[in-house]
Amino acid sequence: MKTKMTLTLAAGLMATTAVAMDKEVNFASWGGSYQEAQSKALLEPAAENTGIKINQESYGGMSDVRLQVSSGQVTLDIVVSGSGGAARAAAEGLLEPLDYDVIDVSTFYPGLYTDYCVGGDVFSTVFAYNTDTFGDAGPKTWADFWDVEKFPGTRAYRGKVSGALEPALLADGVDPAEVYNVLASEEGIERAIDKIRELKSHISVFWTSGAQHAQLMKDGEVDMTTGWNGRFDNAKKDGAKVSYSFDGALLDYDCFAIPKGAPNKDTAMMLLNEISKPEYQDDLPKYITYGPTNKAAYETGVIDAATAASLPSSPENAAKQVPVSLEWYGEWETIAAEMYQEMLTE
Amino acid sequence: MAATDINTGLNAAGLRTDERMERLKLFGLASPALLLVLVILVIPVGWLFYVSFIGADGSFSMENYERMIKRKSYARIFQTTFEISLLTTGLCILIGYPLAYFMSQLPNKWANLCLITVLLPFWTSLLVRTYAWLVLLQKKGLVNDWGISLGLWEEPIKIVHNMNGTLIGMVHIMLPFLILPVYGAMRAIDRDYLKAASNLGASPARAFWTVFFPLSTPGLFAGSLMVFVLCLGFFVTPAVLGGGKVIMVSMKIVSNIELFVNWGAASALGVVLLVLTVIVLWIASRFLKLEQMTGGGH
Repeated sequence: MKTKMTLTLAAGLMATTAVAMDKEVNFASWGGSYQEAQSKALLEPAAENTGIKINQESYGGMSDVRLQVSSGQVTLDIVVSGSGGAARAAAEGLLEPLDYDVIDVSTFYPGLYTDYCVGGDVFSTVFAYNTDTFGDAGPKTWADFWDVEKFPGTRAYRGKVSGALEPALLADGVDPAEVYNVLASEEGIERAIDKIRELKSHISVFWTSGAQHAQLMKDGEVDMTTGWNGRFDNAKKDGAKVSYSFDGALLDYDCFAIPKGAPNKDTAMMLLNEISKPEYQDDLPKYITYGPTNKAAYETGVIDAATAASLPSSPENAAKQVPVSLEWYGEWETIAAEMYQEMLTE
Repeated sequence: MAATDINTGLNAAGLRTDERMERLKLFGLASPALLLVLVILVIPVGWLFYVSFIGADGSFSMENYERMIKRKSYARIFQTTFEISLLTTGLCILIGYPLAYFMSQLPNKWANLCLITVLLPFWTSLLVRTYAWLVLLQKKGLVNDWGISLGLWEEPIKIVHNMNGTLIGMVHIMLPFLILPVYGAMRAIDRDYLKAASNLGASPARAFWTVFFPLSTPGLFAGSLMVFVLCLGFFVTPAVLGGGKVIMVSMKIVSNIELFVNWGAASALGVVLLVLTVIVLWIASRFLKLEQMTGGGH
């Protein structure tokens, strides 16, 4: 009798662990207030509703995925990536194609999902300034960001090429619609980099992560920086004297991808479907000012009109911005990155 | 021994066989370690060399090296790396040598206490120490706040997010690596030598420079070399305290892995760093032996 009970117990235990093992997903994102927002709005509720155990970590981007895939030691199931990084990774064959029979994107904005990556949020690369230094008369355009006489003070700028060249050309007077045409040659890239060279002696930090540029503004280490809008709003909530606008900003989106050979691919696909639903996406703006990629998220009544107007993807804000060109990044990023590093080491 | 020396001519052949046997035995004893070196050092480094010649399309190519010649940034990155490593080593010697000397003159009890304070930072994570420097040195950090409130300077000075900050952080982290071997060498110096020197009429300074300092050089060279070589591979500290403008080879290796589809682009950087380091060490070792000889270490 006793043995039998132990056996049943053991079998039962094994069954539950088997289910738990099945329903487990390793999720990697960018850390900081961004991942915290994802965790609160998407992952924690989804874990509760689906019973999937989600192990979160922060990671260094698609290079980590490349490392895992090429060494055959894939541990990550879902990774968050910028749209450009995901497009390149997909071209390299590092990602699993997404199954849109499982993931429902019928109410998504067109263009915010690809075969390999499903959009999670819409964000902007903006310039932010210290309101203690500049008061209400802060810089309004990229040309102002470059104008060290009218707006004296230290700057921070991105240490990587992505999102770094477009502002330079806009400051140089290039029409927003023409930016990527101008950048489509080494001369064009050099023109943008020359413009950054002009400003370089005033750039005290070249930042490498979103958490870093938010901290730089919080500490008052620099008076102006480029960066991602949501991070600045969260820094402001924490007491940072920071403000930004969407004028001339770069409109981009983050997306979720599954690395090739992910151990829990099917569960990951299910989880992606879950967190793409409007009832999850409509919670994200509560924690970070990034817009939903699922149109239906605006219709649940959770996002009020004032919040909607503050999001990068609101029609009014979107009209002021330059949408990031994935094609350009696919073709030119490597060359541009090398040229950018040239400028950094001078 | 003296007795057998007289007879060496007679049984030289026998002695040679003994010597050979002993060498063989020693080799046999060392072979597990040698095998380990082969497996964990020679093979991977060989693999690194091999991979560095593989181009983006997977075939044999020199493109990873050609790129390093074509783009000026690579030469500048190597220059920065060696410059920082040399400066860090120099500063460590300037700060560490007098401290080690001071410690070596203390009675045992106090010397041990000092040793613990030198070792203490070792037990804190390198990342934590680096960020601590960032907090201290930044524009509105403790150092600038105090400096301004004490009237030492008026505008916040730039001590971080540049070369200065990188050097401060690296010297702090590397200092124990210099102090420990130097202190060890100094403790081993027989005090009677110094007494003899002053007995023969040398002033304390003369006794220090002609007797004590030369005897401490083996420790100094060992420590400096260790600091220098470790500095060449630094990543976290320049990345955090350099403000994105101080780029060392290890950082470029990471960005090349991110940027290029193949490992070769990053491996080639590793190979060049390795070769340059070996050259520097080779030059140093020639110089070093000379120093030890003239220093009269024996």
